[in-house]
Amino acid sequence: MTLITNLNKAFDHRIRLGIMSILMVNEYAEFNMLKEQLGATDGNLASHVKALEKAEYISVEKQFIGRKPNTRYSVTKLGKEAFKKHIDALEKLIKKP
Amino acid sequence: MESKNYLDDISEIKSIMNKSSRFMSLSGLSGILAGIYALIGAAAAYYIVDTSTRGYLILDGAVFRACFAILIAVAALSILTGIYLTTKKAKKNNEKIWDNSSKRLLFNFLIPLVTGGIYILIILNQERYGQTAALMLIFYGLALINASKYSLGDIRYLGLIEIGLGLLCAFVPSFGFWFWVVGFGIMHIVYGTWMHFKYDKK
Repeated sequence: MTLITNLNKAFDHRIRLGIMSILMVNEYAEFNMLKEQLGATDGNLASHVKALEKAEYISVEKQFIGRKPNTRYSVTKLGKEAFKKHIDALEKLIKKP
Repeated sequence: MESKNYLDDISEIKSIMNKSSRFMSLSGLSGILAGIYALIGAAAAYYIVDTSTRGYLILDGAVFRACFAILIAVAALSILTGIYLTTKKAKKNNEKIWDNSSKRLLFNFLIPLVTGGIYILIILNQERYGQTAALMLIFYGLALINASKYSLGDIRYLGLIEIGLGLLCAFVPSFGFWFWVVGFGIMHIVYGTWMHFKYDKK
C-alpha cells in the first residue's frame, strides 16, 4: 500500500510522463519539440503542460524570436526531485509485485 | 496486471529520454564501408611509398602529396557515405536528420576532432612526423567518446579502443602505419558489423 502512495498523481498520464522525461535530459524544450516527440495535439499538450506548471514542476519562459512568439519549458528543481521519486516508486513496484 | 503497466511506463520514459536527447540513426553499414575505404587507401599509399625511389615517406614531394590526397579522399568518401546512409536510416526511423540532437552530436564530435586535426598540422609543419598516426587515433577516440553521450552509447567503446591503440602507437612510432590500418580500417569494419547486426537489422 505504501508503495503506491509514493506514486505522484501529477505524473499519472502518458503525456505528462513524456514531458517530464524530455525535460529531464534536455536543458529546455520548445512547445513544438514536445509536440513532435510526444505526438500530441496542441490543446492536449497545453493542458498537461499547464498542470505541470501549476504544480511548479516545470517553468515556462516566453520570448520572441524576431516576431514569432517562442515558448521554452524547463524542469524545476522541485520537478526533478518529484520525478526521480516517481521513477524510484515505479521501479520498486516492478521489483516487488 | 498493474505491474505490467508500470513496466510500460518505465520503458516509455527511457525511450523518450533517449529519443529526445540522442541521435540514434547512425548507420552501422557506413562504419563498415569507412573501414574498407581506409584499408584500400592504406594499401594504395603503401604501394606508392614502397615503389617510390626512396622507399619511405618524407614530408615534401610528390609521394607525400599523393598520400595526403589519398587520406583526404578516404575521409571525404567516408563522410559522404555516412551522411547518405544515416539520412536513409533516419528517414526509416522517422527521425529528423537535422534537429537539435544531431546538431549536438556533430558539434561535440567535431570539437576534439578539429582540435586534433589542427594540432597535427601544426606539428607536421614543425617537421615532427613520428607521432602523426598516434595523434590521429587518440583525437579520433576522444571525439567518439565525446559524441557517445549524444548518440548510441556503444560508440564509447570504439573510442576507448582507438585511444588505447593511439597510446600504444605512440611507443612504437615506426609501426604507425599498421596501427592506423588497425584503428581506422579493421576496427571500423568490426565495429560497423556489430552495430549493423545490433541495430540496423531490427
